[in-house]
Amino acid sequence: MAYNKPLPAPTPETQEYWDGLKRHELRIQRCRDCSRHYFYPRPFCPHCYSRNVEWTTVSGKGKLHTFVINYRPARGFESDVPYVIAIVELDEGARMMTNLINVQPDPQHVTADMPVEIVYDDVTPEVTLPKFQPARR
Amino acid sequence: MPAPDSRALRHKVAIVGAAETDTVGLLPNHSMLHLHAESAFNALDDAGLTLADVDGLATAGPSPVQLSEYLGIAPTWIDGTSVGGGSFLIHVGHAVAAIAAGYASVVLITHGESGRSRVGVVGAGGGAGGNQTPGGQFEAPFGVFGPPSTFSIPIVRHMKRFGTTEEQFAAVAVATRAWAVKNPRALMRAPITVEDVLNSRLVAWPLHLLNCCVVTDGGGALVLVGEDRARDFPKKPVWVLGRGEAGAHSNISQMRDFTQWTHGIAAGENAFHMADIDRSAIDHAMFYDAFTHTPVYALEALGFVKPGEGGPFMAEMHTAPGGDFPMNTNGGGLSYTHTGMYGMFAIQESVAQLRGEAGERQIRDAKIGIVHAPGGFFASVSTLILGNE
Ligand SMILES: [Zn+2]
Repeated sequence: MAYNKPLPAPTPETQEYWDGLKRHELRIQRCRDCSRHYFYPRPFCPHCYSRNVEWTTVSGKGKLHTFVINYRPARGFESDVPYVIAIVELDEGARMMTNLINVQPDPQHVTADMPVEIVYDDVTPEVTLPKFQPARR
Repeated sequence: MPAPDSRALRHKVAIVGAAETDTVGLLPNHSMLHLHAESAFNALDDAGLTLADVDGLATAGPSPVQLSEYLGIAPTWIDGTSVGGGSFLIHVGHAVAAIAAGYASVVLITHGESGRSRVGVVGAGGGAGGNQTPGGQFEAPFGVFGPPSTFSIPIVRHMKRFGTTEEQFAAVAVATRAWAVKNPRALMRAPITVEDVLNSRLVAWPLHLLNCCVVTDGGGALVLVGEDRARDFPKKPVWVLGRGEAGAHSNISQMRDFTQWTHGIAAGENAFHMADIDRSAIDHAMFYDAFTHTPVYALEALGFVKPGEGGPFMAEMHTAPGGDFPMNTNGGGLSYTHTGMYGMFAIQESVAQLRGEAGERQIRDAKIGIVHAPGGFFASVSTLILGNE
């Protein structure tokens, strides 16, 4: 069946991020002046406003920062409910929205600060989405 | 850089006309623009003015030029700030400066939204935009679907940091419904319990249906003039004593701290600084309640309680009828009405209380009210402090 969920379209400043995911690498940016990582990609640091920034490959490990267990599906997500819409805080400090998968969508099993790790989900030949799952110990 | 200081504009501009559409709720025979016009006519009638007197226009949803065309006016000051449901509070703050500066003398601010019936919807109306936007790239692919799945994202972090409970959030719905019982215009008027909220169907855990606002059609409008004329109208003027506004993120994943509304703190501080009053001077509060957690974040951001104390405060029913902190006395977005951009209705209730027009839900001797609203998902924020003396 064709993938019928919303798909991202890269812009020049986000292309490297999406290209990295296709290679199953999580590429985000880091500021060379204040040393902080940030997300989403842009050609300057939103913390100290330096334009002296670089791309880095990060571990894809982090913690579940906050989440909802969603029962009203977006277009294409009808057969997925309930599903976890999550904010993950990467070990490097940046936060990103994702889905927590391979877990029972239940507050007994999904808890704030649980360790998580990235899963590269090749949803189409062109697009890989960064999903997360509970970290294997 | 020195901190901005707007104290000179305290008590310089007043609301002299305020009204909602004849009815609110389900209005399938009104287009969106018709709702704006009905609100405008009612507010101008309230002030004894007509559209011919209006030289300033502010609105959100449709642009001020779309609305000027429909109303048949050509205002010489316009403000189309459209940053979500609190936009009208921001318009009031901007109108104060515009009138004080001499840019306009009679400012009309309108809201109208066919939120439920979706008739003749004009304007941007929100949404993530295309799939190249930050929202389109970094949120939409994960199945966010409107406010219940985005506005709700911070809640679990508040619970984790402070121990806030689902029962405490549910108490907000219970207290607010108790006010709606006293408002004959409210959509939902049957009393509810904490158990009713927790047993209502799940929308986006930890949100249940009764943690969420209603969806309705309706509108409201305000007329503002300067101090020199403010006492010449049929109703006692309601003065703008303080205002604050701020914006920080658009997408919820970019909220700086999910446990506190950091730019909401800034908006509140600016409003209290301008009004030059203490928190203890506030008699009445309208905290925009798209969901039950929004007023909790407002209460904490504005300094009425310490961070993390909002949940227990709500559970103690201070905000319910008979409590010492009357809040959302019209029944709020949760039970009265919520067209999509509810901020206008929050201002209307504050004005009604300060005029002594709130009927069975009137707060005795209310002299100073505060109105505080998010726009988008804690994205923009605005605060007004209003007074009747
Ligand atoms: Zn930096």
